Amino acid sequence: MEWLGVVVQGVLLGGLYALFATGLSLMFGVMRLVNIAHGDLIVLGAYIALSTVAILDVHPVIAMVLVVPIMGFVGYALQRTLLNRTLGADILPPLLVTFGLSVILQNALLEIYSADPQKLSAGPMETASVSFGSLSVGVFPLLTFVSAIVLIGLLQWVFYHTSLGREFRAVSDNQEIAQLMGINKAHVFGVAMALAFAVTAIAGILFGVRTSFDPSIGGGRLLLAFEAVIIGGLGNLWGTLAGGIILGVAQTVGGQINPGWQQLAGHIAFLFVLAIKPTGLFPRVAH
Amino acid sequence: MNADTKGVLKTTISRSSRVSIIAMVLSLVLMLVLAWAPYWAGRAEMRLLGELFLYLSLASLWNLMAGYAGLVSVGQQAYVGLGGYLLFALTMFGGLHPVAAVLLAGVFSAFLSLPVAILIFRLHGAYFAIGTWVIAEMFRLSFAQVQSLGGGSGTSLPIGVVKSLAASRSGRESLSYWLALGAVVFTLGFVFFFMRSKKGLALTAIRDSEAGAAELGINIWRSKLEVYVYTSAITGVIGGLIFLQKLRISPDAAFSVSDWTAFVIFIVVIGGIGTLEGPIIGTLLFFILRESMADLGTTYLMILGLVAIVIMLKAPQGIWGLIRQKFDIELFPLSYFVHQKDASTQKSSGA
Repeated sequence: MEWLGVVVQGVLLGGLYALFATGLSLMFGVMRLVNIAHGDLIVLGAYIALSTVAILDVHPVIAMVLVVPIMGFVGYALQRTLLNRTLGADILPPLLVTFGLSVILQNALLEIYSADPQKLSAGPMETASVSFGSLSVGVFPLLTFVSAIVLIGLLQWVFYHTSLGREFRAVSDNQEIAQLMGINKAHVFGVAMALAFAVTAIAGILFGVRTSFDPSIGGGRLLLAFEAVIIGGLGNLWGTLAGGIILGVAQTVGGQINPGWQQLAGHIAFLFVLAIKPTGLFPRVAH
Repeated sequence: MNADTKGVLKTTISRSSRVSIIAMVLSLVLMLVLAWAPYWAGRAEMRLLGELFLYLSLASLWNLMAGYAGLVSVGQQAYVGLGGYLLFALTMFGGLHPVAAVLLAGVFSAFLSLPVAILIFRLHGAYFAIGTWVIAEMFRLSFAQVQSLGGGSGTSLPIGVVKSLAASRSGRESLSYWLALGAVVFTLGFVFFFMRSKKGLALTAIRDSEAGAAELGINIWRSKLEVYVYTSAITGVIGGLIFLQKLRISPDAAFSVSDWTAFVIFIVVIGGIGTLEGPIIGTLLFFILRESMADLGTTYLMILGLVAIVIMLKAPQGIWGLIRQKFDIELFPLSYFVHQKDASTQKSSGA
């Protein structure tokens, strides 16, 4: 029974990792952009929520209503002014520019908020739990997992059942022809980035309620997001959820055996999948 | 210019030019002057120069990987940290002399980089980059578990080991400085001669067109693997020397992505990626910026990030690229120059 609890915790943790990864997967899926600053954006979302909570004195979940559009707007502006200029056949410009952004973001957060760990407080919600037989599950982790499923379902719907989704798929398949069909590539990329930032903001807030954060931890979140994407297979959002769950379970099981092994176990799971199936478990696009 | 009409045209191909010969002579003179530094420089200057040499080595190695072999890694801190930790482990538990430990760290890094490469070469482009970072993170987490090396908080090099380097403090500082100088001369020489060799030619072909290179019979995977293993080995040695200077190691410092990768990438890109001169200019600029803006703290790092972004967008060939474009010179000749001698003019063009 103890192990079942550990696995269930891992699955729920995997929901959070899938949320980390969804934004990254979206950026890659639509504009083939790999964003090194992604982890720092998750942390940025948490810090913007921290300030919103402090200024308006609201619950972090309510703060989402404000933080998500703010981050979405920042994403759109960043894509239009900066990131669109980096896209092309050469991988170095996007890599280096987002690396630069990562350094700038980290140090700006350090300057504003200091290196002290912070946490978003969600009140009694954090410690509440529900029981399934003899198994007790935290309400907040459960809520995080459900949000991951709902968000991924929503994004899938946008991708395959709306005209915006058709534009996303068109520019993803062939940018030149999509433009000939009258699609404004720069704008569509901006909207995709806004969406990715919005999901990242939600991930950041849920993460900030779950554990404490400081400006330096972005890199670790990027790696988790990246691993979930690769394990699940490029271009497949449900695969990304599966990837997140595999990482989460590997971490909680590893941590149960030896607390020092928790993070290491996640990386080992990633390398294991890479060794046996380099295209990920559920690949959708050739890369 | 048309060869047929002249008839008496003589074509010669050379790799050196007058500028490159002057540059070679000047570098030799500079090397001798620098080797003499313990007799003319102060303690602080020597420390700074030593650090500069090691950063220049890291930058040249990263440039060889990313600029020539197309292996954009953000995880070379794995080998910097590994080299550092091996220095500590081999001297503390193996009783080795620090210099022997540093060299052995290079051999170890080479052996470890082989299975790592076989695994992460399955990832391409930017995914390869982040994959290398995962490896570095695993190294960091693993060394944080080793309690005899201080676990997560790290450890200092025992006084006995430090003393085995040289009895006096000034003797140790001079030795550590000469090791750094030796490392940078070796690294620059290695990259230069590697690029001038047949293997370097293969890399250039791969850089220009992977499909074309494969058509010519170049084994791309193998060529890249060789570069990865060589650079990892030398990076391991440099890592050992870095922590021989610092005398203290911790997982966070040893496997720092900003210290050993972000700064190194900024140096190469600002100086000029894919050129031998670029990392030299980038390193000098990096240290000038750092020394003049050190008291700005985090602001300095933000400025550095901004400069790198602007250079990448506005002048992706970097500072040396701009200079080369303007004056058509090469200090360390890798290109071939075709000289066509006839009556009045001597035309040469790089290839």
